[in-house]
Amino acid sequence: MVKKVVSGNYAAAYAAKHARVEVVAAYPITPQTSIIEKIAEFIANGESDIQYVPVESEHSAMAACIGASATGARAFTATSAQGLALMHEMLHWASGARLPIVMVDVNRAMAPPWSVWDDQTDSLAQRDTGWMQFYAENNQEVYDGVLMAFKVAEHKDVQLPAMIIESAFILSHTYAIVDMPPQEEIDEFLPPRKPLYTLTDFDNPIAVGALATPADYYEFRYKIAKAMEKAKEVIKEVGKEFGERFGRDYSQMIELYKTEDADIVFMGMGSLMGTVKEAVDVLRREGYKVGAAKVRWFRPFPSEELYELAKNVQGIAVLDRNFSFGQEGILFNEAKGVLYNTDAKPIMKDYIVGIGGRDFTVEDVKKIANDMLKIVESGKLDEEVDWFHLKR
Amino acid sequence: MEIPESVKKRVSIPFEEHFYAGHTACQGCGAALGLRYVLKAYGKKTIFSIPACCSTIIAGPWPYSAFGAPLFHTAFETTGAVIGGIEAALKAKGYKVKGEDGIMVVGWAGDGGTADIGLQALSGFLERGHDAVYIMYDNEAYMNTGIQRSSSTPYGAWTTNTPGGKKHFLEKRHKKSVIDIVIAHDIPYAATASIAYPEDFIRKLKKAQKIKGPSFIQLYASCPTGWRSPTDKSIELARLAVQTAYFPLYEYENGKYKINMPSTKKEPKPLIEFLKLQGRFKYMTKEDIEILQEWVLKRWELLKKKAEIFG
Amino acid sequence: MKNTLFGEKLEEAKPIVFKKVEEYPELPISLGTTLVNKTGDWRTFMPVINEEKCVKCYICWKFCPEPSIYIKPDGYPAVDYDFCKGCGICANECPTKAIEMIREEK
Repeated sequence: MVKKVVSGNYAAAYAAKHARVEVVAAYPITPQTSIIEKIAEFIANGESDIQYVPVESEHSAMAACIGASATGARAFTATSAQGLALMHEMLHWASGARLPIVMVDVNRAMAPPWSVWDDQTDSLAQRDTGWMQFYAENNQEVYDGVLMAFKVAEHKDVQLPAMIIESAFILSHTYAIVDMPPQEEIDEFLPPRKPLYTLTDFDNPIAVGALATPADYYEFRYKIAKAMEKAKEVIKEVGKEFGERFGRDYSQMIELYKTEDADIVFMGMGSLMGTVKEAVDVLRREGYKVGAAKVRWFRPFPSEELYELAKNVQGIAVLDRNFSFGQEGILFNEAKGVLYNTDAKPIMKDYIVGIGGRDFTVEDVKKIANDMLKIVESGKLDEEVDWFHLKR
Repeated sequence: MEIPESVKKRVSIPFEEHFYAGHTACQGCGAALGLRYVLKAYGKKTIFSIPACCSTIIAGPWPYSAFGAPLFHTAFETTGAVIGGIEAALKAKGYKVKGEDGIMVVGWAGDGGTADIGLQALSGFLERGHDAVYIMYDNEAYMNTGIQRSSSTPYGAWTTNTPGGKKHFLEKRHKKSVIDIVIAHDIPYAATASIAYPEDFIRKLKKAQKIKGPSFIQLYASCPTGWRSPTDKSIELARLAVQTAYFPLYEYENGKYKINMPSTKKEPKPLIEFLKLQGRFKYMTKEDIEILQEWVLKRWELLKKKAEIFG
Repeated sequence: MKNTLFGEKLEEAKPIVFKKVEEYPELPISLGTTLVNKTGDWRTFMPVINEEKCVKCYICWKFCPEPSIYIKPDGYPAVDYDFCKGCGICANECPTKAIEMIREEK
């Protein structure tokens, strides 16, 4: 095991190299740039022989990754916000053509107004594209996430693309210690890709993605839905194997922190959950029975794990660093939906926090805890959605 | 049931077929013929990528394919990027790309997918220098969506969104010269070709196969449906486009221009011979025809000068 | 007379229909050729080749967009009416006017 002090972006770049990625096609955007710069540096230093395609847009980045992946290569890219939005069409293409491309998205707020800071709306807006989504809490999870994502995506029963998501600057440009296993051990964990199909069998040529009429299109969509469902099992298996090999267990799609006896649970995704865990420790010392539930995988959505959690708590404070206009926070919306047809009915409130990179602190969590406790004790929900950080 | 070798020797283009009948191109389709020629030139060891265009349909609805070679369907604006990705992957996997025995990577896109929505990806493909061939089959409008004008539609043409009418609302701009934009990328090889001259087209395809780096061929491909022309005139029209110098055949190779036979043979025929066979030009006034004729001859003179100076 | 253009691919061509989702491939990859699709029924006019006028130049074969003009072992071209859509390019291009387009009675 090598320990390196690296930024979240460098962790992503090292993981891509260690995953023996064969083709990288990418386009620069703040705050993703240092990922692709680092990969270029690996190539320049002779540390890696990745085929590097410096495309002219994110749309072409995804299109080139799709061409490469369809030809059998392990393909990787990275982007943020506007770049991810520009890729949108091709995200559907990647999943429809069943290509296990892995991409790091550095969460960044959508413009206008221009912003380069952390916000999950860019990636959550891509939730229906058939991509798996893993939200990393810290640099180690960025690194581990990329390695696991390839293994899950390339699994014979999954064959779908995966997005590893990290926070702008909070992770992307902040240095922390990351454990990197020896290359031989990674190679054992992640053997070369076995593609579902190949464009290089010239004696048995195939056409991929031709027109399907209403008589057939439906079944192909169902296949993707099934693969995504199957991915839940595969994620748990791979997460467990990762833990056994490298000491960090990812067998749970929702990481639970001190929830066993908790009355109130803070639920959220990504780097803000680091702050939440710290706040839970503080609150516990002060006598509050609170815990944290970090949703690691948003797609496929961990419905069963959420139900198991929700059964035993009185209140869930959902922390959404994102918003769906005309509705509510996206995680809140999904979580509520999952529980509707069950007997688990905790009181749930949506706290819109940290939008556009606004600071989210331990003090904030304490305020939310007090608010939520009042609601749970009184049994009265004052409002479903609270723009918590709003100046008023 | 063997075909005598003597017959195979008498045909002027490769004998073997890798393009299957039963495809769903319209009657007299120039694009289908173009695909047949590309597959003859490159054979089965070719990976195609085709964006949204008539050829999406021509290639066959799932689960059938008209291609005797692998084909990856892609989105409208992505041809250049996808073939770049395919080429990168082949190199990463250690395959030989291009050359006599290498794998050919071919992008095959219409004029809309090339001159309009795909221009950015085409530019990226060209400037990055991928070892692949991009073929723009030019039928001068968005035919697959029902004949809307593209930037490759000629002056005076009727399309469904330049419908003429009382206000004489026809295409008001001259055809965009995509090949000049391509040549501005300083690539090793670019050429025009026509379905009426398959021997010339196949020769150019073979040349593109040998040359290292990106190649581009703009293939003039008739469309009876969109041009409102009789289906049996597809070759005749493509030939007239060359003979009138409306669509001259030439090559650009490492900085040198060369006009190809039969474009050099004699003075161009009057443009009206090309126009009068097509319903899409029937709303043009006498002045419109003069404007287009003048433009054609001006472009032809310019090309001749280029061939003279940079020959 | 047997079409010589496509070899065994023509015999292999058969309709592929799936009744149950389990029978489908994981994604839409092609499983057969378009030779299953007999486009001859699109035709209104049929080309008829007069071998007495034919000089075996194969221009008709060269310009057929289907392709549905094949070459017989005796060297004469022939039309595969299963696929010919009747566009008439062959007749228009034939230098000896050996091909006539005849309205088809169906």
